[in-house]
Amino acid sequence: MLEIKGLHASVKGQQILKGVDLSVKPGEVHAIMGPNGSGKSTLAHVIAGRPGYDITAGSVLYKGQDLLAMTPELRAREGVFLAFQYPVEIPGVSNVYFLKAALNAIRKHRGQSELDAMDFLALVKEKAKLVDIDESLVKRPVNEGFSGGEKKRNEIFQMAILDPQLAVLDETDSGLDIDALRVVAAGVNQLRSPERAMVLVTHYQRLLDYIVPDVVHVLLDGRIVKSGDKELARELEARGYEWLEAPAAR
Amino acid sequence: MTPVAEKTELYRGEFEAFSASRRASEPAWLRRSREEAIARFQERGFPTTAEEDWRFTNVAPLARTAFRRSGPGEAAGVRAADVAALGFDHAFDGHEIVFVDGRLAPALSSIGPAGGLQICSLADVLSREPERIAGDLGRLLGGAKHSPSFADLNAAFLEDGACVFIPAGLVVEQPIHLVYLSSRAAGTPTLSHPRTLVLAGRNSQARVVESYGGVPGAVYFTNAVTEIALEAGAVVDHYKIQRESEAAFHVGLMAVVQGRASRFTSHSFSLGGGLVRNDVRQLFAAEGGECVLDGLFVASGAQHTDTHTVIDHAHPHCTSRELYKGILDGKARGVFVGRILVRAGASKTDAHQTNKNLLLSREALVDSVPQLEILASDVKCKHGSTTGQLDPAALFYLRSRGITEAAARSLLVCAFAGEVVGRVGVPALRRGLERNLRERLPGIRDREIQEAVL
Repeated sequence: MLEIKGLHASVKGQQILKGVDLSVKPGEVHAIMGPNGSGKSTLAHVIAGRPGYDITAGSVLYKGQDLLAMTPELRAREGVFLAFQYPVEIPGVSNVYFLKAALNAIRKHRGQSELDAMDFLALVKEKAKLVDIDESLVKRPVNEGFSGGEKKRNEIFQMAILDPQLAVLDETDSGLDIDALRVVAAGVNQLRSPERAMVLVTHYQRLLDYIVPDVVHVLLDGRIVKSGDKELARELEARGYEWLEAPAAR
Repeated sequence: MTPVAEKTELYRGEFEAFSASRRASEPAWLRRSREEAIARFQERGFPTTAEEDWRFTNVAPLARTAFRRSGPGEAAGVRAADVAALGFDHAFDGHEIVFVDGRLAPALSSIGPAGGLQICSLADVLSREPERIAGDLGRLLGGAKHSPSFADLNAAFLEDGACVFIPAGLVVEQPIHLVYLSSRAAGTPTLSHPRTLVLAGRNSQARVVESYGGVPGAVYFTNAVTEIALEAGAVVDHYKIQRESEAAFHVGLMAVVQGRASRFTSHSFSLGGGLVRNDVRQLFAAEGGECVLDGLFVASGAQHTDTHTVIDHAHPHCTSRELYKGILDGKARGVFVGRILVRAGASKTDAHQTNKNLLLSREALVDSVPQLEILASDVKCKHGSTTGQLDPAALFYLRSRGITEAAARSLLVCAFAGEVVGRVGVPALRRGLERNLRERLPGIRDREIQEAVL
């Protein structure tokens, strides 16, 4: 589903990604771990198409297509979803109606019929339960006045509504207390399916106690230096990243 | 003499002919007021950018243009369909009085008496019962020393406009719509000096909408003066919708004086015009008043739109809230100068002023100058001004959910404007403004995107 080869990316002349290789198949959950500044968020942003990154080398294929050639909105319509580390507050724009516009744009792109207001609100009701998000919150302006935990739930709620094929979750666990983390993780787990791939970007192993990944990668200084199963995450938690730094410096 | 100053000679010459024709029929006070006004105008001339109040706005293009006032009867050919074509749909029920090129168009107006409310043409009042407004006309402009040049020009050539008399205790349910249109698309640029006088009696309540518009592309000059006096306990909700032709000049002064515990709300939408200057001069003349000044100016292309407001806390226990927003695109230029004066003794004043501007292009420019002058103690005053571009993080967030870039931009612009538009208390007017804004924005035609704006 996702084939990243030799990806190099820089921001304002500073090289962040220095040759990332990653292959994700449908149904798989991959965790990307790494210390601050290793390039985790950059990788997530580059997949979603955030402007401001220069791709200096490498390729990203998504369902066999050149993902890097697509606009962010086209990527979304093709089924890519990014749960933001820092969801943006947008005063004056209704969360639920913006989501309806987004969903119908995606459905139209997929050749599906658009949902009317009734069907959409039924869907909202169903998915709001999934992440235990208050329906009144859903109707407020996008993320405005939401607590940190509410913002993260809102991301997963949006993901549930938009039904992506490839979901990239950028530090969805950061800033969550254990109760909120359980709720968010349960929501994500319910969204796991054989057709959907997920990439979890995280700093801590804690999230992976709740969302068990198929593959764990360690990103250090812009490269994936080690991959393994969920035991690798535990090892990282116990030993830190230092023992991996030598190969990264090669 | 500068070329701009020479131009005042033309107005002087025209004034001689104009006032000679009216001399016989006018009361002495009005004649004197005209003569003093033209004398002041001639002495001071058009303002120049050397004057503090005009340093951001150069009126030389206006001063250079030879305008002509339309003669009586020239507007007779304008029909309701022409008015509708200017985009002023008559969707909201209410009292409506229409002026074309500065003169009453009776056929287009529906101003039957309603429970003591009187909406009259100023020309009518001046010819039938001039004494009725002798004490009020010009009273709110702050005396000869403070009257701006353009207001003097308006006073010198004053002929017609709307007089709204709201008797004490009357609550006017239907909005009162004052429509000022300029008709000519070609030929000599025309000039009108519309004058509006609103007298709201004790504990009365009304909504007054002033709309200005003209034939697209037409060059003309609207030099409007509005005076609104609120007696004790009166509540007036005022709207100014400026949608002049993009080649037109619009200079408008609104002077408001508030009596004890009165409440005045202004919603100013400055959307059209090539060179636009709006002045709002408000005064709390007694304790306990409340004033809200909301405004939105939208300019693109080469439009220049300048707003100056003054809120004068001359008495204690008054509250003012001001929110002006600007959206500038292309090479447009916007100006917001908001002065809040808290005079000595005006304790317990509570004043907030906010100006937020959105620049949609590299070449658009805005000058924002908040001015707080506090001469009293025990007051709460704050102001804030921000100018910026669309938030790239918000744009990316929307796009990452499948919304196109054009729609995302328009959505954010509409949401920015929505804070002001959303406070319009005449639903049909609000919808009309929303429609008008959407028409100027790409990618917002999609009904679903429209729904997303609160």
